[in-house]
Amino acid sequence: MSGAEQLSQFLISGLTTGAVYALVALGFCLIYNTTHIVNFAQGDFLSLGGLLLYSLLAGAGLALPLAFALTVLGTALVGAALERLALRQARSREVTVLIFITVAASVLLRGVFKEIWGKQALAVPSFSPETPLRLLGATFTPQNLWVVGITLAAIAGLGWFFNRTLTGKAMRAVAINPRAAALMGIDVERMLLYSFALAGGLGGVAGMLITPITTASYAVGVIIGLKGFAAAVLGGYGSFVGAVAGGLGLGLLESLGAGLLSSAYKDVIAFVVLLLVLFLRPQGLLGRGEAARV
Amino acid sequence: MTRGGRIFALQLAALALAVLLLPLLVGNPYHLNVLNVMALMVIVVTGLNLLIGFAGHISLGHAAFFGLGAYVSAILSATYGLNPWLALLAAAAAVALLALVIGLPTLRLAGNYLVMATLGGNLIFTTVVLQMDQLTGGPSGFSGIPPLSLFGRAIVDDQSFYWLVWAAALLGLVVARNLAQSRVGRGLRALKDAPAAAAALGVDVARYKTGVFVISALYAGLAGSLHAHYFGIIAPKSFDIFVSVELVTMCLVGGMGSLWGGFLGAAFLTPLPQVLHVFEEYKDIFYGGVLLALLIYQPHGLAGLWARLRARRPLESA
Repeated sequence: MSGAEQLSQFLISGLTTGAVYALVALGFCLIYNTTHIVNFAQGDFLSLGGLLLYSLLAGAGLALPLAFALTVLGTALVGAALERLALRQARSREVTVLIFITVAASVLLRGVFKEIWGKQALAVPSFSPETPLRLLGATFTPQNLWVVGITLAAIAGLGWFFNRTLTGKAMRAVAINPRAAALMGIDVERMLLYSFALAGGLGGVAGMLITPITTASYAVGVIIGLKGFAAAVLGGYGSFVGAVAGGLGLGLLESLGAGLLSSAYKDVIAFVVLLLVLFLRPQGLLGRGEAARV
Repeated sequence: MTRGGRIFALQLAALALAVLLLPLLVGNPYHLNVLNVMALMVIVVTGLNLLIGFAGHISLGHAAFFGLGAYVSAILSATYGLNPWLALLAAAAAVALLALVIGLPTLRLAGNYLVMATLGGNLIFTTVVLQMDQLTGGPSGFSGIPPLSLFGRAIVDDQSFYWLVWAAALLGLVVARNLAQSRVGRGLRALKDAPAAAAALGVDVARYKTGVFVISALYAGLAGSLHAHYFGIIAPKSFDIFVSVELVTMCLVGGMGSLWGGFLGAAFLTPLPQVLHVFEEYKDIFYGGVLLALLIYQPHGLAGLWARLRARRPLESA
């Protein structure tokens, strides 16, 4: 394989994982913007997406579009439950306590997934037959196209939702100033619920896209979730455009790093990047100084 | 001595007495071993609690500091033949350095970046230990670590390690208490309650926080070294992110930021898995569920419950 062919191979695999990181990063941003907490269970939404899709396809024998829709619904419900049953009930409003509620929920969810689906890796079928495609000397499967295509569709859908619908605009208002939004008659609590449901649904989509490539398991989302966080920081935490750019950038960096340097330390790259960004440019590459220094 | 100081001295004396008397009651070496592990956890959790209580930050990477202490101590003493006490000091230096590298960039920032940075750091640590198997023994672990010795006597048996580790744990509590009462401790408390006011009064926020984080990591690193020299064998599984979650659970169950809370949490949770053998299977559900319920309904843990019972009025969020 020539150097140029190798390079385009790395680019394609980088864009594929990068698209998934972008979806996860968007989920982090959604919740951060409305509540100012980091939701540690974001990665578990992703695990759940893959596991649910596996059960609905292989277990219940449903058609892919129906299974896809039901999985989005299921993960959105779990997201909403996290807000309604755990965070809303908390006696303390300290951010540290609220963040740790999501950590606890993440541990609990993983334990429940392990009981239901076991510890083994489950093979989720690809969305379409795996006939290899070739482009610029790189070989890839249709699943790569599905990942990138559905991610783009999800981003476009989010853009439409936040700019064109009343609910979307209300959620943005809550993110900017909850008190003012409440005074304008916006039901702030309902918007918080929606943002968790939306983040859950996004996590579910990310899980369904990536698990045909990685296999599904109860803990598959832990590392991908952390990388999605790194992507969100890279792009400027809380910025939607930054989340997408950060996700794609991190995916490319990782794939190139693994290909050109060392694949054993692939997982390390994202966190070294995270620390470097925090050190050199804490507001993120595209941020406008939101990460204020203390 | 202040009233608070007298109370602390009394509590400490009571604990020291219990530590002295307990070996008379516990003849079984297995139970002594559980008590030793408990003391190691008390050390780590006391350090972690300093960070949570005074800097208001949570670390999900303390298992990695614990592990780094253990591995540096093990490699220097077993592979390079260094005196175990010197290895322990070198391990402490390595842990402090790692804490600085993680803490410097993240603790300057408002927001909870430290949580993710430490979590990421813990994952990197596990990956590196697994990959560098020539040095660390990889997934099967590292064995043949020499014990510490004192006055020409090797500290190998459970009983002599018991004295050493509990002395270290009590010392750790005293140091933590003194730190809390020092200028730095008062500055940090002011900082947690009113960051802008504290900064205006000259509290160097980022430096104080980084300092507390390094000290907190040092507690974990020293406990890790003691762990390695006591057991003689270490494996990466004892230092992964799930252990970090358990450590934080201990802090929160006891009561975050409360000195005795950390002690209570470690003392309460360490023996549980040893007592309940079916526990291993449902560990995640148990830890997740307990943590979730506590955080929702009793965010100040056992220590908060105690304070509320004594005051007989609802505890204001502190």
